[in-house]
Amino acid sequence: MQYETVIGLEVHAGLSTNSKIFCGCSTKFGASPNSQTCPVCLGLPGVLPVLNEAAVEDAIKVALALNCQVSPYSKFDRKNYYYPDLPKNYQISQNYLPVAFKGYLDVPLEKGTKRVGIDNIHLEEDAGKNIHGGGADAGESLVDLNRAGIPLIEIVTQPDMRSLEEVEKFMISLRDILLYLGVCDCCMEEGSLRFEANISLRLEGESRLGNRVEMKNLNSFKMVSKALQHEMRRQGEVLKEGGHIKAETRLWDEEKEVTSTMRSKEEAHDYRYFPEPDLSPLIIKDNWIDRVRKAMPELPRERKLRFSREYKIPEYDAQVLIADKYLADFYEDTVKLFPEAKMVSNWVMGELLRGLKERNINIEECLLPATHFANMLNMIKKGAISGRIAKDVFAEMLDTGKEAEEIVKEKGWSQMSDEDEVSRIADEIIEKNPQSVRDFQGGKEKALGFFIGQVMKVTRGKANPQLVNKLLKEKLGKLK
Amino acid sequence: MLNELTAHEIHDLIVAKKISVFEVTEAILERIEAVGEKVNAYLSVMGEEALREAKKIDAAIAGGREVAPLTGIPIAIKDNMCLRGAATTCSSKILDNFRPPYDATVVDKLRQERAVFIGKTNMDEFAMGSSTENSRSGITHNPWDLSTVPGGSSGGSAAAVAAGETIMALGSDTGGSIRQPASFCGVVGMKPTYGLVSRYGLVAFASSLDQIGPLTKDVTDAAYLMNALCGHDRKDSTSVNREVPDYPQALVNDVKGLKIGIPREYFGEGIDREVRETVERTIRLLSKLGAKIKETSLPHTEYAVATYYLIATAEASSNLARYDGVQYGYRVGKQESLSGNSTIDMYEQTRAEGFGDEVKRRIMLGTYGLSAGYYEAYYLRAQKVRTLIKQDFDRAFEEFDCLLTPTAPTAAFKIGEKMDDPLQMYLSDIFTISVNLAGIPALAIPGGFTGGGLPIGLQLIAKPFAEETLFRIAYTYEQNTDYHKRKCNL
Repeated sequence: MQYETVIGLEVHAGLSTNSKIFCGCSTKFGASPNSQTCPVCLGLPGVLPVLNEAAVEDAIKVALALNCQVSPYSKFDRKNYYYPDLPKNYQISQNYLPVAFKGYLDVPLEKGTKRVGIDNIHLEEDAGKNIHGGGADAGESLVDLNRAGIPLIEIVTQPDMRSLEEVEKFMISLRDILLYLGVCDCCMEEGSLRFEANISLRLEGESRLGNRVEMKNLNSFKMVSKALQHEMRRQGEVLKEGGHIKAETRLWDEEKEVTSTMRSKEEAHDYRYFPEPDLSPLIIKDNWIDRVRKAMPELPRERKLRFSREYKIPEYDAQVLIADKYLADFYEDTVKLFPEAKMVSNWVMGELLRGLKERNINIEECLLPATHFANMLNMIKKGAISGRIAKDVFAEMLDTGKEAEEIVKEKGWSQMSDEDEVSRIADEIIEKNPQSVRDFQGGKEKALGFFIGQVMKVTRGKANPQLVNKLLKEKLGKLK
Repeated sequence: MLNELTAHEIHDLIVAKKISVFEVTEAILERIEAVGEKVNAYLSVMGEEALREAKKIDAAIAGGREVAPLTGIPIAIKDNMCLRGAATTCSSKILDNFRPPYDATVVDKLRQERAVFIGKTNMDEFAMGSSTENSRSGITHNPWDLSTVPGGSSGGSAAAVAAGETIMALGSDTGGSIRQPASFCGVVGMKPTYGLVSRYGLVAFASSLDQIGPLTKDVTDAAYLMNALCGHDRKDSTSVNREVPDYPQALVNDVKGLKIGIPREYFGEGIDREVRETVERTIRLLSKLGAKIKETSLPHTEYAVATYYLIATAEASSNLARYDGVQYGYRVGKQESLSGNSTIDMYEQTRAEGFGDEVKRRIMLGTYGLSAGYYEAYYLRAQKVRTLIKQDFDRAFEEFDCLLTPTAPTAAFKIGEKMDDPLQMYLSDIFTISVNLAGIPALAIPGGFTGGGLPIGLQLIAKPFAEETLFRIAYTYEQNTDYHKRKCNL
């Protein structure tokens, strides 16, 4: 029996608007607690929300980028629940008529692409933050409401993903769209991009969905992957033993690397949604959508076309490069300094991606700046290091973030391009290997390779290969 | 007695430099001193600030500053409107010591006119009630008969105007909370079209129904106060952006040709004989003055109270969720930690002790109506009936300029009479509730007295933004009667 995994995501993206969604307070991260608040976001008695149009505009941008229909008429609703970081004890969200719906995102995979459906996009306000044990008393909790009222969009996908790869690539593609649009800084540590995953298993070929588990507390791409992997295994084991998956919400414990029950379906909140009477319906006219559409920045799709056109690299290269915005940025930054576009893409797709994978890091976590990378490529081009040595140098650069030149100097890896020195070594080797000289003279071209290998061995790879080749051919030729 | 004058009379005297704002303010404060304890209209009186402000205004006037219609006029504010730095409790323990750091938009507008704030008036807790008996600060008494209620929830404001403890007052009306007390206290009260007056700074009861409005001694004062209150407010998304008419211009003594409808559903069971006779007398008078009066029907009237108590309580259950002891107001268990169950304990105990019975009853009703499985049957159904009620009025206003009804089925009832029977209490708003559901304007004016000397109110209802029609008819009525001139004997 084979199980199929069915995954859907709920993505919360904090919008980078200057002010909050329903008041004029700043959204800047890191200010001292409760300094960015006013009667409205504090939820004092008698205050009323006023919708920030910039947040609506950002939602329209995302909707267009995700091929959604923008609702000409949408509404806000109240989601009622009690929590100290929620000053009104209800969150203004959109439940019944969201701002956009029915879209999709084509996600490039290792092989082919995957179309992931978007169920809806809705606007809402963020809550504040409880800080436990931060008060004068150990048992006291403090509340910081700076984040309360920061605009969020929630993007809800269809349960279309079937593998970890699809989820991982979807998250990167979506993040990139948000970054390209400039609507979200996607800084997961600061909580501006948050994921919740719904996962269920079903027998291959079964059309009904299994009971789904909702997973929370996934604060990085890696946590999403690890938690899903864990949950796939857990659910698979339960089912194989003839067990039954409970529909519930589970929390990912990053330290223990397990998920555990947060609340069962029966304990789920009744949010008592109802239309927010303090806000009028949100009317979005076609001319507003058109205006936003015209002002849309370059998206991954368009960047890919531009890469093939501008840098004359194969479409395949462009596809690999744009699959991650930060990788594409790194590529472009490098090409600006070292304009041999194809050589750069070879290195990025080869050594760089391999190096990142081996180290299990993302390009944005990588220590290597594009300037250092470009300088290294320049050294290869000028013959200061050989292509082979360059690979070792590059690995060092990834680990240390140092300049290639510094590494080469430290390790004594600079290429031997001194003709006299190489010539002397070549002569020595020819003298020591008369049999191979005879082989060469007998027409065995392979023997040349032997001599080159020997020179490289003696010089520990530092000899300029072109120079070695040239000198050996001259010398052996003369001996004929 | 200065405190017995209307705002427009005082304005004329100030402009003519015959009296000072200080003298007017002093007269009001003296009156409060004299009868305040008997009526208990105020929760707090801002005597010192009022006198200080009065002096400043006098100085400004002496310095040539223009005297706006409300400049120097004493005004009382219902305690559910925020006045910066002043206790704003909604007559609830749960808002103990809450002092808002901001002004409600209406307060701000009155400040700009340089009206003089006298104090905050008593009300039913969170505006839930029809008698001002649901107040943690005691019952307000009707100045016409201290053993009766002043109506509610704006009973403190209506009683203060009737007793001469202020010249005018602000109330709020969610289901009749301005008009019913106006009727019981023999004063003028208007519920404006929804969206005409900003709700910013009005502590919400039911957001889609609440509206602030004037309580005054006559129609002219109401028109001037409306001029000051109305206007688009960017801080309230439900505030309409349209030009505000100059309401006093509508004060014309002429109703010739105006078509007035009498909805038959407002004269059924439960209406007091004297109230019915008052309306009949009014019909005869207005007919004589040239109005065309005809019976009409608002067929869904019987569902209004039920509809109202589903929608208003649903919104209230959410609006009042913020009173949890975390940020401000009353809190049980200040010493307890905020983790684990103790947070829930704090919520539960704070709300159990902080809210009164009627508020709890409505929170429970509203929570129930919004719960999974009931939402469609109650809240959504009620919204549909609300649309039907609105359509009744739309149809009526195709034929009529205005509808005439009693404001309440009876005159003021005895204190304690309905406290043990919430349903009877709810029914005292039976004639006023539909207007809030439909979002349309209505004006309550004094229309006569019972044999026992209690005021009886008339209600005029018009289509959205037709406040001028209401003022015109009410003014004409006032010019031809003298009920509004009678003073209570305290």
